[in-house]
Amino acid sequence: MTFLENRRAVGRNACADEYGGRRRAGPPQELAPLKERPAQPLPSPSDWTFDMIERYHEVIRETAQRFGLDTYPNQLEIITSEQMMDAYASVGMPVNYRHWSYGKEFIATEKNYKRGQMGLAYEIVINSDPCISYLMEENTMAMQALVIAHAAYGHNSFFKGNYLFRMWTDASSIIDYLVYSKDYVARCEERHGIEAVEELLDSCHALMNHGVDRYRRPSKLSLAQEQARREDREAYAQLQVNDLWRTLPRRATSEDETAAERRFPAEPQENLLYFIEKNAPLLEPWQREIVRIVRKIAQYFYPQRQTQVMNEGWATFWHHRLLNQMYDDGYLSDGMMIEWLKSHTNVVAQPPVTSRHYSGINPYALGFAMYTDIRRICECPTDEDRQWFPDIAGTPWLPTLDHAMRNFKDESFIGQYLSPKLMRDFRFFAIVDDEKDSELEIAAIHDENGYRALRESLSRQYDLGSREPNIQVWNVNLRGDRSLTLRHSQHNDRPLHDGSQEVLKHVARLWGFDVHLESVNSKGETTRRWSVTPPQG
Amino acid sequence: MLQQIIDRRLSGKNKSVGNRERFLRRHKEQIREAVRRAVDGRGIRDLEKGEDVHIPKRDLSQPVFGHGQGGKREAVHPGNSEYVTGDRIKRPDGGGGGGGGGSQASDSGEGDDDFVFHLTKEEFMQAFFDDLALPNLTRTQLAEIPEYKSHRAGFVNDGTPSNLSIVRSMRGALGRRIALSADSRRELRDAQEALALLDEQGAKDDVTLKHKAELQETIKRLRSYIDRVPFLDPLDLKFRNRVKVPVPSTRAVMFCVMDVSGSMDESRKDLAKRFFILLYLFLTRHYEKIEVVFIRHHTQAAEVDEQNFFHATETGGTVVSSALVLMDEIIRARYPSDQWNIYGAQASDGDNWHHDSGRCRELLMDKILPKCRYFAYVQVAEPEQNLWEEYQRIVGEVPQFAMRKAIEASQIYPVFRELFRKEGAPAA
Repeated sequence: MTFLENRRAVGRNACADEYGGRRRAGPPQELAPLKERPAQPLPSPSDWTFDMIERYHEVIRETAQRFGLDTYPNQLEIITSEQMMDAYASVGMPVNYRHWSYGKEFIATEKNYKRGQMGLAYEIVINSDPCISYLMEENTMAMQALVIAHAAYGHNSFFKGNYLFRMWTDASSIIDYLVYSKDYVARCEERHGIEAVEELLDSCHALMNHGVDRYRRPSKLSLAQEQARREDREAYAQLQVNDLWRTLPRRATSEDETAAERRFPAEPQENLLYFIEKNAPLLEPWQREIVRIVRKIAQYFYPQRQTQVMNEGWATFWHHRLLNQMYDDGYLSDGMMIEWLKSHTNVVAQPPVTSRHYSGINPYALGFAMYTDIRRICECPTDEDRQWFPDIAGTPWLPTLDHAMRNFKDESFIGQYLSPKLMRDFRFFAIVDDEKDSELEIAAIHDENGYRALRESLSRQYDLGSREPNIQVWNVNLRGDRSLTLRHSQHNDRPLHDGSQEVLKHVARLWGFDVHLESVNSKGETTRRWSVTPPQG
Repeated sequence: MLQQIIDRRLSGKNKSVGNRERFLRRHKEQIREAVRRAVDGRGIRDLEKGEDVHIPKRDLSQPVFGHGQGGKREAVHPGNSEYVTGDRIKRPDGGGGGGGGGSQASDSGEGDDDFVFHLTKEEFMQAFFDDLALPNLTRTQLAEIPEYKSHRAGFVNDGTPSNLSIVRSMRGALGRRIALSADSRRELRDAQEALALLDEQGAKDDVTLKHKAELQETIKRLRSYIDRVPFLDPLDLKFRNRVKVPVPSTRAVMFCVMDVSGSMDESRKDLAKRFFILLYLFLTRHYEKIEVVFIRHHTQAAEVDEQNFFHATETGGTVVSSALVLMDEIIRARYPSDQWNIYGAQASDGDNWHHDSGRCRELLMDKILPKCRYFAYVQVAEPEQNLWEEYQRIVGEVPQFAMRKAIEASQIYPVFRELFRKEGAPAA
């Protein structure tokens, strides 16, 4: 049983009043008092009804407001398991362009679900305004309450608050943009054949992870602006077609020499798809537009991949906090508590490395533990905490947690807030695997000497920049065979895997001429080269 | 704040059908191969169901740049139970687990198995038909079906006395009586009341007496009118109506006749099998119950089960007529043609003992074809021998006979097109 949120969905941006104008009121210092204790707990049947969901939602909403959770309005939608799989298959979005890989995803999901290998996610949350949460009809009432607290208040407030989402995603247009891209791809399929579009999309998907700007902030465009811009681009391209230019006399050859020495691109480019969209010599305009669509969507998904621990941890922390508060207030019955706590326990389970079930660090477990730990540091700090976290020890916990949610991504969040106590609780240890050594070395464990190294190491582990190979556009041979050279700068001398040749074929298909990839180690030596010639015709 | 719960359960599902289509299209070759294998392995009768298709995982992967083994890397894991800083441990076999963190764990836990998915029945048939270059067959109608079923169809005014509906008739009569006499009854009642009033007043002047007489006259007239309204009129009679609706006969028998002499090799048999399967599929569209009789022959004919029919080989010469004689005997013994729709399908490589072919034609013309709704002969070899020539003479004469040569699977369909062009309007 697992929670699987749509990690790739993107969110609405912060409200207009958060930019420039009025600032939002800060989080409350403490929990607002309960108006009136209920005479008796809410009924706890195992089957839900619309009426019951309404009543539970009402109480959850009030409790969340007492904690000062700032969310978009919620819209709950009940769907069937089949619709859940449909939503899964198109990366959790309500609309997306057609591609065979989504069909494969659906088949795989359906098969696993039918065999009982995998529970479906209980919910999918789409961060739009209003924030849409899908509840599955198979869930029991207790699960629906858990899901509402988790998705509609936990994730929802994260989407609204975290700086990455506010900076990178523009939800006012994401659904629009997906509709536009779906229509555009469908039109291209009609005009140029399914085959051609599929090949192109395959190639773009291969480079999707390298189609994002990591540091540059994207401009926000609505659908209308996007279309207007596309028309502009096409019109401009049309204007440039003027046969007269060909007849202009050439400049003297001396300038050509300096041009030969001039590099192109002048500086290495990290966004491969952007470079291809703008510079690939042979792409048709519609192909460039599709490259652009894939690139845009990759960019939208990028911040989601950087806040996995934080986002899941935040949602898990809040469903736990909200439902417990409701129990304390006398809203929930014991049976209800037992049921959702069982799911909760499964979700935050972290098997040790020696376990058969171990598959990496569970982001739910780590995130939940960290937020809980921050609260503990605020409320009852130990001497160790005072030494490590002098700025937050003993402060009100609600504003501190709010700050921790808003202003970090996984990498910095862990670097900032992972406490020695947690490292001891998780019994973390760092292993160094150096190719040159015959053995692995334990670099640090959860002891006084190791805390800082361990924390840095774990923080680096969540740095997307070092998880993915650093590949940039190095050079284009403008005056010769027009070949494109990519350069991989090895991080800690880690080589590329064998699939690179396949990816390079895709690059060659997009570029239209020879493509080379060099892998360069820390000493600046090229350790390996790949070359691909594009298919003719 | 407005809260809403929206029930989406009834709105569209199967949103990803388009994606599935693209997926199937991409793996057409594997699917076709799987269908081919399934057709070979299955009996004629259980063709129409889905099938699992295996696709090697590597054909499905979408490559991305990633790190390989080697270099220096660090990983943090939970659950330390024995290590202290500086410990050195052996590199675990298979690499990934020790150093790679969670990123390399397989998401499905299935390792390198093939990707398996299930073709639905419809998709399976689609692939099967694609292979045979068929258009969509199921829409075509079989014409002229001689069996009728009688259905109730309301009430009518004529009919045999046995179908008389008494309730309906009496209800009709009552209605008619009310309709015809209501006015008269009201007048009668008024007249009677007036008369009673006069009697009560007891006036004996002339005017009153005259008025009384008039009233009595009116009452008499009205009474006689009311009495004349008949209790039951022929108009009232209603009869239960039954109409005859043509229904397809629910039973059909299909004879598969195949030459199993030495010259029929596996590939020819396979071709014949596809031919039989197609005919069977046609029949399943129209009949609830279908029996299949397998007759194989070389110099002698025998009725066998499906397994022996397709997979046993015999050697020796060929006498086709022996099979036709046996078929005729079986029809007479077990499948009277007034109760069964009889279909014949014969497959052969055209080889026959030359004195026998004429007799085959006679047998078909005289005995078998009159009882059959359709008889198809398919020759799975190129050379035209005397059997082909003899059969050729039947083609124009008897409408329910069709023959074709089929050297490849895709040539089988025209035989069937023949059938439907004949009976439907312009054929597909």
